[in-house]
Amino acid sequence: MSAALEFGIEGIGVWSPELPNWASAQNILCGNVEAMVDAGARPPAAILPPGERRRAPESVLIALEAAQQACTMAQREPRDLPHVFGSAYGDLAINDYLCATLARTPREVSPTKFHNSVHNAPAGYWAIATGCHENSSAVSAGDATFGAGLLEVALLAHRESRAALLCVYDVPAVGPLRDVIACRSAFAAALVLAPWSPRAVARAKLRVGDGATTLAPVPALLHASHAGNPAAASLPLLDALARREPAALRIAISPSLNLHLEISF
Amino acid sequence: MSLLVPPLAVTAFTVTCAAGRGADAFACALATRQSGLVYNDLNELPCWIGRVAGLEVAPLPREFSEWESRNHRLAWLGLNQDGFRERALAAIERYGAARVALILGTSTSSIGETERAYRELDADGRFDAAQRRSRVHHTHALAEFVQHALGTRGPCLTISTACSSSAKVFASAQRLLHAGLADAAIVGGVDTLCGSVLYGFNSLELVSGEPCRPFDADRNGLSLGEGAGFALLENVAADAAAPRLIGHGESADAHHMSAPHPQGLGAQRALEDALVRSGIAPDEVDYINLHGTASRQNDAVEAALVARLFPASVHASSTKGWTGHTLGAAGIVEAVATLLAIERGFAPGTLNAQNLDPACGPQIRIDNAQRRVRVALSNSFGFGGNNCCLAFAAGAA
Repeated sequence: MSAALEFGIEGIGVWSPELPNWASAQNILCGNVEAMVDAGARPPAAILPPGERRRAPESVLIALEAAQQACTMAQREPRDLPHVFGSAYGDLAINDYLCATLARTPREVSPTKFHNSVHNAPAGYWAIATGCHENSSAVSAGDATFGAGLLEVALLAHRESRAALLCVYDVPAVGPLRDVIACRSAFAAALVLAPWSPRAVARAKLRVGDGATTLAPVPALLHASHAGNPAAASLPLLDALARREPAALRIAISPSLNLHLEISF
Repeated sequence: MSLLVPPLAVTAFTVTCAAGRGADAFACALATRQSGLVYNDLNELPCWIGRVAGLEVAPLPREFSEWESRNHRLAWLGLNQDGFRERALAAIERYGAARVALILGTSTSSIGETERAYRELDADGRFDAAQRRSRVHHTHALAEFVQHALGTRGPCLTISTACSSSAKVFASAQRLLHAGLADAAIVGGVDTLCGSVLYGFNSLELVSGEPCRPFDADRNGLSLGEGAGFALLENVAADAAAPRLIGHGESADAHHMSAPHPQGLGAQRALEDALVRSGIAPDEVDYINLHGTASRQNDAVEAALVARLFPASVHASSTKGWTGHTLGAAGIVEAVATLLAIERGFAPGTLNAQNLDPACGPQIRIDNAQRRVRVALSNSFGFGGNNCCLAFAAGAA
C-alpha cells in the first residue's frame, strides 16, 4: 500500500437528467425519492457564451455544468484551478457522426464537429470560458476513469499544494456504436480538491492498493439508469458526501488497482 | 513551496515513425536529411503523409488478435524496436508489476478501426460480428493493449489532449513517481493515420498539398503523420549516466479551440514553467525541438516566442519535415529527437524550409549541427489551446 495523499473536498457538482445539481442529488441520495426530477436533455451550462452553448456537444454541456457547480460551491475562481477532465469514451454522438460521414461522404466532414471531436474539447471550452491558463488535461481509463482521474488531480493538488478541479463525464452511445459501448446515460460529476482547510466540506485520505477488494456499489436507486456509465463510478463517493457519513471506499483505477479512499467530516 | 521537481532518468527510449523504425534509423534519417514523407496513398486527398511503411502486412501476433487495429499494430511494432520491450519487462521484473505505471498519449486511439466498422456495417446497419470488439473501439484501448502486452499492474492512464498528449505523459509520470506511487513509469504514445484526421484537418484547410515546410515564409500547411514511441522513467539512482527529464510546463491558451493564442500566451507560460521547474535559465538551453507544424499561425506565434525568450546561441528547429505531424504521438516522437540530440551531440535543423519566415530569430536553424547538447526542450501544442513543454538534460558524465 502506498503512502497516503490527504486533501479536502471543497466543492461538488453533478449533472444527469434526474440529478441536475448537488442540492437535489443530496436530497435524493439521502432517500427522498420523490425529489427525483426530469431536468431534460440539456443542462444550462451557463458559463458558456450563448452562441457556443447552442453549438456545443452534449459532453461539453454536461461537463461544464458540473464543473461550474463545483467551483461555485468551493467559492474558487475557476481561472485559478488546474483541471482534469476524464471520460471513458469522449463524445460518442460526434464519433458516430464522424464515422458515418467518413463512410459515405468523407469530404463533407464538418470542421466544427472535427475540432469538437478531440477528447480535450470540454477542457478546452472550460479554459476558454473561464480564462484559465493553468494546466488543462483530458484523460481516459475506461471503466476506471473516475478513479484514475481522481488520482491524477489529487497528485496535481498535492504536488503544488493548491486547489484543483476534477470533472468526469460520459454520454450515451449512439448508432452502431451501441453494439460495442454499453453507456446508455448522460452523467457528469465534478470535485474541487485542495489542501485540507476548514473551508472543506469533507476530508479525504487516499491510498493506492491492490484491486482484489470489492468495489463500492453504485446506490441501488441510480444503478439501473447509470450502470454502464463510467462517470457514475463517482456515485458511491457522492453518496457518502451527501449522507455526511464517514466512509472507506474502494474505487478502481485500473483492472488490478484500487484507490482506498477514506472520507471523514 | 518550491516548484523545482526532482529529475528522473530516462533509462530507455524508442521511436517508430515515417523517418525510421527505431532510434538509430531515425537518427540516421535526421543526419542525412532523408524525409519520411510520401504522397498520400491512403485516400484521394492530394497531400503528403508520414506513414509507417509495412503496417498493412504486419498483423498482431495471434494471441493479440482481438486487439487488431492499425494503432495497435504500430504500438506493437514500436515496442519491439531498440530492445524497448525487453527493457520494460526487466523493469517490471526488478520493481514488481504493481510498481510500474503506464501512461500513454493518443489523440484518436483506434478510431481508424471504428471507421472501418462503419464502412462494413451489416444489412441491419450494425457492426459486423468480427468488429464487435469492445476492447478496440474506445480512447483507452491503446493503454489497455500495451498493459496487456507488457503485464504492468501499476497505475494505467491515457492522456488525450490532442497534439500535446504524449508530452503530458512525462509530466504525469514525474508527479506519480515523486509521490512514491510507482518506482518506474513507461510513458509514450501512438497515433495512426485515419480518415478522421486526414479529412478533419483537410476540412479546417490546414493541410498542405506539398511536403510541409516548417517556419518557411511560404509555408502553406501541415503534413500529417503517424508514430509510436516509448520511454522508461526511473529514479536517477537507477542510472546516473542516463539522460534526464528535469522539468515540465503545462498550460492552456484559453483562446480558441483550433487556433493558437496570437501572442503565444499559453505556450510562453508552459515554456517558462518548464524552466522554473527544472531550475535552468534560457541561456543554458542548447537545443529546442519546436512544435513547428508548418501551419501559418502556429509557426508565426512560436517563432516570435522563441525570438523573445532565448538568446541567439540556442539552436531551435522543427523535425516535422521528416516525420509529418504525428498528432498524439508528436510529444514522444519529438521527445526522442530531443533525447537523441543530447545523447549523440547532434542538433537537427528544419527540413524543407528554404527561406525562413521574417518572424524567426537567429535561433531557428535550417541546417543540422554537430554540437554538445546538455540541456534541451521539446514543445508540443494542441487543439483546445493545450500546451506542454518538456525539459531534458544530459546525465552525469
